[in-house]
Amino acid sequence: MSSAQLEVAPQRLAHQFEDIDQQNECYIVGMWTFLVTEIMFFGALFLALTVYRSVYPNSFFEAHLALNKWLGLLNTFILLTSSFFVAMGVRAKMLGQNSATQFWLGLTILCAFGFLGVKYVEYSAEFREHHFPGPNFHFVATQPPGGDLSANSQVASGQPNISSRDFPAGYHPQQLELHKRQLFFSLYFVMTGLHGLHVIIGILVLGSIWFLIRYKHPSVDDYMTLELAGLYWHFVDIVWIFLYPLVYLIGRQ
Amino acid sequence: MASVPHDDHGHGGHGNHHIPKVSTYLANYVFLMVMLVLTFAVAQVDLGALNIVVAVLISVIKTSAVVLIFMGVKYNSRLTWFWASVGFIWLFALFLTLGDYVTRQWVHLPIGW
Amino acid sequence: MSSIPLQPGALGTPNEQARENYLNIKHTVASWLLTKDHKRIAVLYGLSISIMFFLGGLAAAGIRVALVRPHDTFFSSEAYNKLFSAHGIIMVFFFLVPSIPATLGNFLLPIMIGARDLAFPRLNLLSWYIYIIGALITLGAIATGGIDTGWTFYVPYSSVYSNTDVVAVIVGVFFAGFASIFTGINFLVTVHKMRAPGMTWFRMPLFVWAMYATSIVMVLGTPVVAITLLLVVLERVFGVCIFNPACGGDPILFEHLFWFYSHPAVYIMILPSMGVISEVITCFSRKRVFGYEFVAFSSMAIALLGFFVWGHHMFVTGESMYGGMVFSIITFLIAVPSAIKVFNWSATMYKGNVWLSAPLLYAIGFIFLFTIGGLTGLYLASLAVDVHLNMTYFVVAHFHYVMVGGAIFGYMAGMHFWWPKITGRMYPEGWAKLACIIMFVGFNLTFFPQFILGFLGMPRRYHFYPPEYQMWNILSSAGASVLAVGFAIPFFYWMWSLKYGELAGPNPWGAKGLEWAIPSPPPSHNFDSVPIVTEEAYAYEEIYARELAGDYSDSQVDRPVSPLNTEQPDQKTLEDHSSTEESL
Ligand SMILES: [Cu+2]
Repeated sequence: MSSAQLEVAPQRLAHQFEDIDQQNECYIVGMWTFLVTEIMFFGALFLALTVYRSVYPNSFFEAHLALNKWLGLLNTFILLTSSFFVAMGVRAKMLGQNSATQFWLGLTILCAFGFLGVKYVEYSAEFREHHFPGPNFHFVATQPPGGDLSANSQVASGQPNISSRDFPAGYHPQQLELHKRQLFFSLYFVMTGLHGLHVIIGILVLGSIWFLIRYKHPSVDDYMTLELAGLYWHFVDIVWIFLYPLVYLIGRQ
Repeated sequence: MASVPHDDHGHGGHGNHHIPKVSTYLANYVFLMVMLVLTFAVAQVDLGALNIVVAVLISVIKTSAVVLIFMGVKYNSRLTWFWASVGFIWLFALFLTLGDYVTRQWVHLPIGW
Repeated sequence: MSSIPLQPGALGTPNEQARENYLNIKHTVASWLLTKDHKRIAVLYGLSISIMFFLGGLAAAGIRVALVRPHDTFFSSEAYNKLFSAHGIIMVFFFLVPSIPATLGNFLLPIMIGARDLAFPRLNLLSWYIYIIGALITLGAIATGGIDTGWTFYVPYSSVYSNTDVVAVIVGVFFAGFASIFTGINFLVTVHKMRAPGMTWFRMPLFVWAMYATSIVMVLGTPVVAITLLLVVLERVFGVCIFNPACGGDPILFEHLFWFYSHPAVYIMILPSMGVISEVITCFSRKRVFGYEFVAFSSMAIALLGFFVWGHHMFVTGESMYGGMVFSIITFLIAVPSAIKVFNWSATMYKGNVWLSAPLLYAIGFIFLFTIGGLTGLYLASLAVDVHLNMTYFVVAHFHYVMVGGAIFGYMAGMHFWWPKITGRMYPEGWAKLACIIMFVGFNLTFFPQFILGFLGMPRRYHFYPPEYQMWNILSSAGASVLAVGFAIPFFYWMWSLKYGELAGPNPWGAKGLEWAIPSPPPSHNFDSVPIVTEEAYAYEEIYARELAGDYSDSQVDRPVSPLNTEQPDQKTLEDHSSTEESL
């Protein structure tokens, strides 16, 4: 294979390891084990989303219409692109090309800020319209009531177990409908918020590596630091790969 | 009962890590973009319950592309393969919770959620 | 087993104590707080969890004092709620979960597989710091007002109605969770990648297998409870709505997610103890463990199967009936690998040259109590019986038999067994046996009456109870004070032994395993040269044969001659022994 002729830049061996290959594999497997915990972490949120979406399909469909799927699409594009950039950055670092690494890393961080910028636009619109859950939560259906999506028709059609029950005092179906939409927005804010937190952590990590490379700090001589940060960044991308279709593109049931 | 003296600390060396070609990364990126367009396009078509199945399927394909190429699992040891798949596989255990929700209303109870 | 020359049974000499080891290499505070040596971190962890155990024990004492009288007790109901919550949270998240993995596991795992350190020493230290931060936050919250949700944090009480400082406590538990995740990651990578040449998977000591299984549970389970508790915090602080039934949420979803971790967490507590017991029993029976592969795989089976039983905590909550049936069946199934272990331990002792030392005494106590705890678990796993026993003292007694009788007896067995290795000093054997017996009696006196109380219908977590339950409660409280004495004694003789204990040689028990091939206490780098492993774990045949022939020089400690040896060693017993080995 032609790429085998490319030589990996030299690395330093820590005292507990026998050779570089063992050390590299330990780091990569260790990072993957950490990502396993991250997968389970977000997995629980996706489980909650699946549960509530299957119980309240129509309300979730209706509520998700308030999200801007074009901005979501833009953000998915940005994150996928940044994944490519960071992969290129790791490759450059592996070959010991520090300025190329900085270039790709810079683009990655730019993408990350772009993602947060778009998210900020979305969030501020949602806060303006009182879509953030809590006492001030308010939701006006984008489609006029009366269609098959309105609260009343849902009560009339499906969900006999939920609608035919006697509700405690103060819970009228209309209010319940509002609650279900609030549930959607709760999950939306929690999931995108925690994902955003991961993006911010990613910016901090990649940013500090950028600076360390810039000032030729010995701790980043080894490409493994960036390799691991790269793995983390790809994971952040993967979460969004699932988040986008499952939150922004909910199908009609 | 033999032994090997262990190396002195602080020296280094070259690992034999595989370095993929730029064209591989580029091709993967283009593939991801096509998949992204597909994600969006499919969601515009009303397939009923199939929509979510297709959406998840495409996401799994996209994830595989990221994991195998960008994250380099394709070029890594079997141990990395193993741990890279454990998390995704174990989500199934967690999602068994759905069994509760599927079967909960098979028996009609006067009270309950 | 390794290249290090060993004089079997050699007494430690003052000269040997002057040798550089991980304890005396540096004495400054910074050398401890910034150490990356897994052995020093193990000691740091050991001290921290001991403090937490003491605090959790104080809360337990408060509970038992309160329950002596049916009404009109020393604590208000609010204070009582806070006491049992503090007891549960401290004991589960800050003592039991890190107990054996972070102390004995940290200390022994690298040595047992012939490595110089864990794969990620800095991550290991970080784990301890995160644990300390979490412990301080939680203790601070408990000291400044407490929490009254119980250790289970059930919603919507914890997320909406409780007036106590739930957020701070959960943040502390969240930190502790990350500490245990980091330990788990470290162990997994270390076992996979750091084994010495010749140390194949099936030559690893069973303690390492247990640690590996435990780490899997830590890595796969802990993040789920972390996000679940985080959602409770978000619900409480920001008013988002995930679990609150008042706005369409499902509190049972919380229970699913919580128990998805917290049932396997029971195996985080018990599996390491099982690993310790395997080591102790083989050593003091002078026999290879009966059915090594079965014991190893049963650890893995428990760890993995343990993820599919969580719904048995929710039989009476409105969970699907069909779900309940499945969870009940799988819960019964998980008794199989546990029973395999108990059977194999007993079979290991059978025809062994049994030396009833303190560690073995603790180990036998473990088997006895764990069996009771496990069998009563089957009562609770039965759908119909559980309707009656759920949320009663029967449950309390059951899980204390597993977690105190099991996990803590295993911890004590391990601490005694490896005390000479860790400190370089012997503990006083007579006192250790006395403490073990007191503990065993006190334990049963405390918790057996609770089975009866539960069967009679006394609900758990209640402050007041009808007077007819008083007799059993007094018995239980009396037992608790005996148990407290039992726990206090080791503290004193361990402290005493640090200064006055007999110096320990490298291998005071005549045990097998790489940790016994290096000096006590071990040097910082563990091995002068990388050991090459050439034999299976627990190859006790030679020692067994020597001891049957009357040569007891393998052990440093005066070892009582077993009844087996009062007669001349007869050839038949020897043959018997080797044939059992082959038939495996
Ligand atoms: Cu359980």
